Amino acid sequence: MSEARELRITPIRNGTVIDHIGNGLALDVLRIIGAQGLDKDSTVSVALHVRSGKLGWKDIVKVENMELSPRKVNAIALIAPTATISIIRDFKVQAKRPVDLPETIVGILHCPNPNCISNQGEPIESEFRVSRRKPVQLTCAFCERTLDDFLHHLV
Amino acid sequence: MSLRGRDVISIRDLSKEEVLEVLAAARKMIPFAEGKKVTHPLEDRIVAMAFFEPSTRTRLSFEAAVQRLGGRCITIADAAATSMRKGESLSDTVQMLTSYSDAIVIRHPNEGSAQLAARVSPKPIINAGDGAGQHPTQTLADLAAMQEAFGTLTGLKVVLLGDLRYGRTVHSLAYALAVFGAEIVLTSPPELRLPRELFEELVRMGARVTEEGDVRKAVRDADVLYVTRIQKERFGDEGEYRKVAGSYRIDRHILSEAKPRLVILHPLPRAGEILPEVDSMPHASYFRQAFLAVPVRMALLSAVLAGGRGGA
Repeated sequence: MSEARELRITPIRNGTVIDHIGNGLALDVLRIIGAQGLDKDSTVSVALHVRSGKLGWKDIVKVENMELSPRKVNAIALIAPTATISIIRDFKVQAKRPVDLPETIVGILHCPNPNCISNQGEPIESEFRVSRRKPVQLTCAFCERTLDDFLHHLV
Repeated sequence: MSLRGRDVISIRDLSKEEVLEVLAAARKMIPFAEGKKVTHPLEDRIVAMAFFEPSTRTRLSFEAAVQRLGGRCITIADAAATSMRKGESLSDTVQMLTSYSDAIVIRHPNEGSAQLAARVSPKPIINAGDGAGQHPTQTLADLAAMQEAFGTLTGLKVVLLGDLRYGRTVHSLAYALAVFGAEIVLTSPPELRLPRELFEELVRMGARVTEEGDVRKAVRDADVLYVTRIQKERFGDEGEYRKVAGSYRIDRHILSEAKPRLVILHPLPRAGEILPEVDSMPHASYFRQAFLAVPVRMALLSAVLAGGRGGA
């Protein structure tokens, strides 16, 4: 990383870096991360439209003092499948891995079928099977309705 | 076959072999369903009928099936009379029914409700219709009627007529027909065509599926004519509805070129799609089909509850 780019987003001591987010998707990733769980002294940095060798252009999100729950990582995998997630401890990358879509997606999306039992206030979480991987398509585990527009159905 | 303790939520839960075994067991159940013979495999068993939306035919045939097998029913026939009206969740109601019965037959207006019940309850759940979703025992009764008439399900040419878009029975049936290698002809108004996803699935399964807009042509060399209701609420305009419904009505005239062995089925209730003048023709098999729902449900219930304590 060049010095000039280093200055645009400062390094973080502890936290999570979500890199290689598809161009223009950083704000959606932020929406998934949400405000809850953020340390009150944490800084969140967002870089939009950054040059990338792999993607041409990409977005980056850095969140101080927070590690993402598996559920949030799954949601990011749906919205930004090219993203990589690095855990930073004491300025060092402790772990870096691409996001990976699991077989089932629980509690992240609501079913697009308004008449589905999962939308009726029952004490259950929504659940989808990954019915196709490229491009990703999900199928509701309750009513079998398919879903490929994830952004508009985030819980 | 081991359906013992199993949930039956969708026709897709049953393999081709399991469907054939249920149908074979159903044939043996016919004299018991007619009351000519007596059997009590479900003696001391209680089956809960959880009907959260109105149904006469399905509920009564399930109740008849349980009682012909010597079992007993506890019944919710009207959701308005249950504590769901007081805000109780379906999950809680199913938990309660689980503790009172050995199996639960459920009909509910929301899609996915039987699946939810199956997750909540360790007892077998049989789906008797979840909203616009699945209705597997209707499909089994449809198949039983075809098998009884032709001795086989393979190689039949089946015309599916009417509302192929929203009709829940027709989706499950189309899938099952594809499994059995039937030739499927789709005849519907353009606005009520079979959903594209399902059409493509049938083709992927290797089924021969064609569309034929002309009812007369479709019927000409068919073995089975499966008629569904075209519902008024699917049309914005009453005049349009009348026009469409009128052009898909089955009368003696339309049947004049049909094969002598053509079998006409309908999941009932009908609302003018088949004129009463057809009832006396040898083709009319819809009342037999409605009767066959009883032995089919008997076969399924005894398979699911056979031996032990019903999978609990």
